[in-house]
Amino acid sequence: MSDFVSGFWPVFITVISLGGIFGCVLVLWFASNVKINATEGDNTSGHVWDEDLREMNNPMPMWWVGLFIITVIFGLSYLFLFPGLGTYAGKLGWSGVKQYEAEVTKTNETIAPLYAKYAAMTVEDLSKNEDARGIGQRLFLNNCAQCHGSDARGSRGFPNLTDQDWLHGGSPEKIKETLVNGRIGMMPPMAAALGNDDDVKNVANYVLSISGSMHDSGRAGAGKAKFGVCAACHGADGKGNQAIGAPNLTDNVWLHGAGESAIIKRIHEGKVNQMPAWQEKFTPEQIHVVTAYVWGLSNK
Amino acid sequence: MQLEHSQLSTYNDKVVRQFSIMAVVWGVVGMLMGVIIAAQLVWPELNLGLPWTSFGRLRPLHTNAVIFAFGGCALFATSFYVVQRTCQTRLFAGKLASFTFWGWQAVIVAAAISLPLGYTQGKEYAELEWPIDILIAIVWISYAIVFFGTIAQRKVKHIYVANWFYGAFILAVALLHIVNSAAIPAGYMKSYSAYAGVQDAMVQWWYGHNAVGFFLTAGFLGMMYYFVPKQAERPVYSYSLSIVHFWALIFTYMWAGPHHLHYTALPDWTQSLGMVFSLILLAPSWGGMINGIMTLSGAWHKLRTDPILRFLIVSLSFYGMSTFEGPMMAIKTVNALSHYTDWTVGHVHSGALGWVGLISMGSLYYMIPRLFGQKQMFSIKAIELHFWLATIGIVLYISALWISGVMEGLMWRAMNADGTLAYTFVESVKAKFPYYFTRLLGGALYLSGMLVMTWNVYKTAINGKATVVQIPQVVAHA
Repeated sequence: MSDFVSGFWPVFITVISLGGIFGCVLVLWFASNVKINATEGDNTSGHVWDEDLREMNNPMPMWWVGLFIITVIFGLSYLFLFPGLGTYAGKLGWSGVKQYEAEVTKTNETIAPLYAKYAAMTVEDLSKNEDARGIGQRLFLNNCAQCHGSDARGSRGFPNLTDQDWLHGGSPEKIKETLVNGRIGMMPPMAAALGNDDDVKNVANYVLSISGSMHDSGRAGAGKAKFGVCAACHGADGKGNQAIGAPNLTDNVWLHGAGESAIIKRIHEGKVNQMPAWQEKFTPEQIHVVTAYVWGLSNK
Repeated sequence: MQLEHSQLSTYNDKVVRQFSIMAVVWGVVGMLMGVIIAAQLVWPELNLGLPWTSFGRLRPLHTNAVIFAFGGCALFATSFYVVQRTCQTRLFAGKLASFTFWGWQAVIVAAAISLPLGYTQGKEYAELEWPIDILIAIVWISYAIVFFGTIAQRKVKHIYVANWFYGAFILAVALLHIVNSAAIPAGYMKSYSAYAGVQDAMVQWWYGHNAVGFFLTAGFLGMMYYFVPKQAERPVYSYSLSIVHFWALIFTYMWAGPHHLHYTALPDWTQSLGMVFSLILLAPSWGGMINGIMTLSGAWHKLRTDPILRFLIVSLSFYGMSTFEGPMMAIKTVNALSHYTDWTVGHVHSGALGWVGLISMGSLYYMIPRLFGQKQMFSIKAIELHFWLATIGIVLYISALWISGVMEGLMWRAMNADGTLAYTFVESVKAKFPYYFTRLLGGALYLSGMLVMTWNVYKTAINGKATVVQIPQVVAHA
């Protein structure tokens, strides 16, 4: 795809780029050849400012002129070899994308034999292989730890991967699916569907009650009937639904904060949470190794 | 009538005095902010857990305060001083000149309030929201009218070289500020950039690098071209060198911005042109250094006894060093290592503390006694002390960040045989702790030098009084 909207711009860029460089050389040549008349015999230009400010007619140092010329020659050579002058691709045919792809291909070729033997193993076996776990951990620390933490225990909004509580399923196949495609968790704001603020508070207390948390039992009892609205996703028993990523509300694991006020906030605001897809960045074999590492965290 | 006549034969130094004093005050404030955020990098608890004191909000406050408050006031002060004396005429439009002072202070105060509150356009060195941007534009245009108006009514036929640089700085900054700040308001303190995607990034770094090129280089070269020959009592070394490096510098700088966006979504051709022109910029930059340092030929011995001259000449050495380092870092293969590391921060500070800071301090030490009717500063020993505090501070600061920058660059790219990265990001952060501490120490030394200067300026000012300087007769050109 061209970077330009019309054929005019590449020509314009070429002309002002080269014109600018030659302009610099021209100024240099001009200033080297113009003789300024030193009338006073003291080698100054004869101009005086503020009583004693003068300037001398010393020539430009030759080493400096040489340095200038060298940078110009380097610049012109670079523009001959590399893209720079509008649509001219450069003698070497180099491009940033090509360099990136070449480097990635080369690395992937180098590491392919290493990963080939892991690709043939099951996730269960791989999670017991010390070398594979090491690679998995290094990939995890550089790519996953930003959200899930170096110890994979997560933090608010980012799931703990070491417990047995899975939003989208903890089987090797489901973990791999999460890594490849990413996940989007979406809870809509539900306050309007539940009724008034009092109803919301009642439902929040019911949710607290089913997880065995501190709650107001009167309110929990009143909220139970309204929980039917939530049951569509979280299930009548509140144990969630991994097929749609609806969290289990009974296990006392609170991804977005524990306690009445946090639950009320979620009911009012809903929540969209995203895990990015990794299939573009990792090879399938790398994803296989990371899957085994993550699975192994809670299946020792 | 009597008053008017006497005014016409004197320089307008009131506005120069105001800007000079505020340059010192804002210098202390801006550098203090720098020391605070350097300490936050060593001990993150110093963020205090409050949004207003978090690194992300105080960092733009630091950069705006040192560049636009300290550097800006120093540029206003010296340019108004220099343009009057080298044109041998009173400042044009005195009331407008007063407005530039109060307007600029209003901009600074607005920045000091709005940045900690979290109002930002998210563009580096152009964070201030649109109402403040409009005020900046008005003040800047007034500045241009005062400056070029004074040039227009000059009593000396030729325009002195310092004024070429000040003039280029004023025009270019007006252009850069207005183009880069173009935005669509979405509320009193909220706006969206007029550009999108990579074009927005390119406009921002066209602005960003030329803020360095014109605000922090051309303007301060103007300062250099007056105060170095004045303090050395020697003529400028080479007129032809002035001409070549002036035109080459102002032309070439305009192209250098893309080197801030190497290996990004910016098209390859744009990156190449940015790199090529950054390299060609080396010689024009060094032209200014040579012209300044060689002005001293025949007067080298003065460096031993004159701490003000030492400020000026050492600043030129740092200028030469950082303008060599800059083109090298603009080379794509070097940039692949240096980009996003502390090396960049160290590079900026060798220019900011070494060049911009020292040349401003030297120039202020020259001007302030003259503005208060004194022969010299209250304490020469204190200038000497300031010089050493500042120089040792700079050396500690930039060597710490060289080491930490190259180290983290190497750590980030180190790979294992299995294709994974050898270090996690947080390991590179942890490894920087001793260098961050050294950098804090360097910054604190530099700040302490500025405090010594504040005391010295205060003593000089209260021991003297604001004087009115007569415009001397124009020396006839031979």
